[in-house]
Amino acid sequence: MTVLGFGIGRIRWNWLAALVVLLAALPLVSETNTPTLLAIWALFALSLALMWGYAGIISFGHAAYFGLGAYTYAIASFNIGESTAPVLLALAVPALVAAVIGAMMFYGRISDVYLGVMTLLVTLILNRFMNATAGDAYRIGNARLGGFNGIPAFPTLNVPGEPDIEIYGTAYYYVVIVCLLAAYLIARWILTSAFGRALIGIRENEQRMELLGYDVAAYKTAIFAMGGAMAGLAGCLFANWAEIVTPSVFSLGQTAEVLIWVIVGGLGTLVGPMLAAVVLGSLKLALGHQTVIDNSLVLGAILILVVLLIPRGFAPSFVVWRRRFAQSQVHRRQARGTRRRHVALQETKQ
Amino acid sequence: MSEPVVETQDLAVQFGGLHAVDHVNFTLRERELRCLIGPNGAGKSTFFKSITGQIRGAYASGRVFIRGHDVTGWSTHHIVRLGVGIKTQVPSVMSGLTVAENLWLSARRTAGHEGADAAVEEVLLELELGGVARRQVGELAHGQRQLVEIGIVLANKPWLVLLDEPAAGLTNLETERLVAIIKRINQTATLIVVDHDMHFVRTLDSWITVFHQGAILLEGHADKVLSDPSVREVYLGTRA
Repeated sequence: MTVLGFGIGRIRWNWLAALVVLLAALPLVSETNTPTLLAIWALFALSLALMWGYAGIISFGHAAYFGLGAYTYAIASFNIGESTAPVLLALAVPALVAAVIGAMMFYGRISDVYLGVMTLLVTLILNRFMNATAGDAYRIGNARLGGFNGIPAFPTLNVPGEPDIEIYGTAYYYVVIVCLLAAYLIARWILTSAFGRALIGIRENEQRMELLGYDVAAYKTAIFAMGGAMAGLAGCLFANWAEIVTPSVFSLGQTAEVLIWVIVGGLGTLVGPMLAAVVLGSLKLALGHQTVIDNSLVLGAILILVVLLIPRGFAPSFVVWRRRFAQSQVHRRQARGTRRRHVALQETKQ
Repeated sequence: MSEPVVETQDLAVQFGGLHAVDHVNFTLRERELRCLIGPNGAGKSTFFKSITGQIRGAYASGRVFIRGHDVTGWSTHHIVRLGVGIKTQVPSVMSGLTVAENLWLSARRTAGHEGADAAVEEVLLELELGGVARRQVGELAHGQRQLVEIGIVLANKPWLVLLDEPAAGLTNLETERLVAIIKRINQTATLIVVDHDMHFVRTLDSWITVFHQGAILLEGHADKVLSDPSVREVYLGTRA
């Protein structure tokens, strides 16, 4: 039987188990505030990696769904109180918005560059709009949108069905880690399904997939909505971590950062962008403590270096380097064996 | 006489002032093998694209019927789902995937998850592509890529196969093999083959439709059409 991998490597369960143990033990040796934020960013990177790296959909405005998730949670929790429904809404609203925007773009046959511009515009419009909601008139139910100052002090995550038992600190760290791992496993499950394989086909040749009878626009809309839902979840978790939501969640900086994480980590992998989010996110937090160099300059310089030196990004390049190293080892062993046989032959002749 | 499986009524495609397809009435019957020939710019490929939904909307007028369905204005994937297999002029394959993966994506839509694996094996065997099944299509030579695209079309198990310039860039040996494959496909499916290679078309020994300046110039069997003076004039460029 012919092996069909579609470029998706096998899941290394032993590595994953080791990582789970490591992440579970982390609160024993470290504070959990920063690791929680890094895990949220990793989830955000994963959402873009899924739709850009595997379906070829570039979104310059992915922060829109992150921000929608954050705002939806904040508004819904103010109105509902108990956090279960707000969390579900924080997934559903960005997914729905992404589905509507995606359907308009993909059925309207908008090509890649215009698609990027349109998604960016959506983010900028949301950013402008939320900044302009300072007056008392801008409220949804009990929640005041708050303009530039955003929405503070909304009820944060609680144990489902128990509004009085809040989840924070180390417990919240574990919730975020579970969400990240679940999202990663779901993303992998999507990619290994027939749906995911069709997405990979669409990334490779959209016209051919259309000629095979696939409704390309429907597939792209579906993965765009899934990416939106995942980004919305990241936004919701971010809102709970920060305990305030401001229009900065829709900012250009937010959008640029997630793009850089995916490019640096490597398109066509899930782990690479997540790792890049953790590493570059840590760097950003470290640089945030000083005023000598601007944070954006450093991120920009890293992006330029990666694009010039390893255009495929770290994770795919690492795979290639490892394969080359393994091949060179095999060649070296073969050469050594040949040399030994030659010497033995010479000795036998003598 | 059997019902037509493809029929166009007054089909026209216009790009600005250019009549790429000029009010064509075309009929194809069950299990027929039809070649569309004509010099470059005669309108063959545009006609091909307009019956497969690749050109539609403001550019096109007239009606297209496939097995009685009025498919005018339908998108390509809807037309394909009727059981149509399409090979494009420029090989359209998924270069970053392996040969087997390309075939699987084609077979999966019609044969389901379990049936797809068997369909892939069948096509690999039929087109003798087993040796390159795990190779990325982008790494293959042009002739092999053409063959892979035909394999992709076949894995979909179509009853109507449309091949646009399948012999382009093939060696004589590869062309001979292609002729045998086309004849084998024709045992179970209806075919339209678009080409301007007269030698290849003669070998297929089929009914021919000659296009010239977007319109049908002549129709008939290969023996008659290829020896017709008007066809020769069209190919040699002496006819306006």
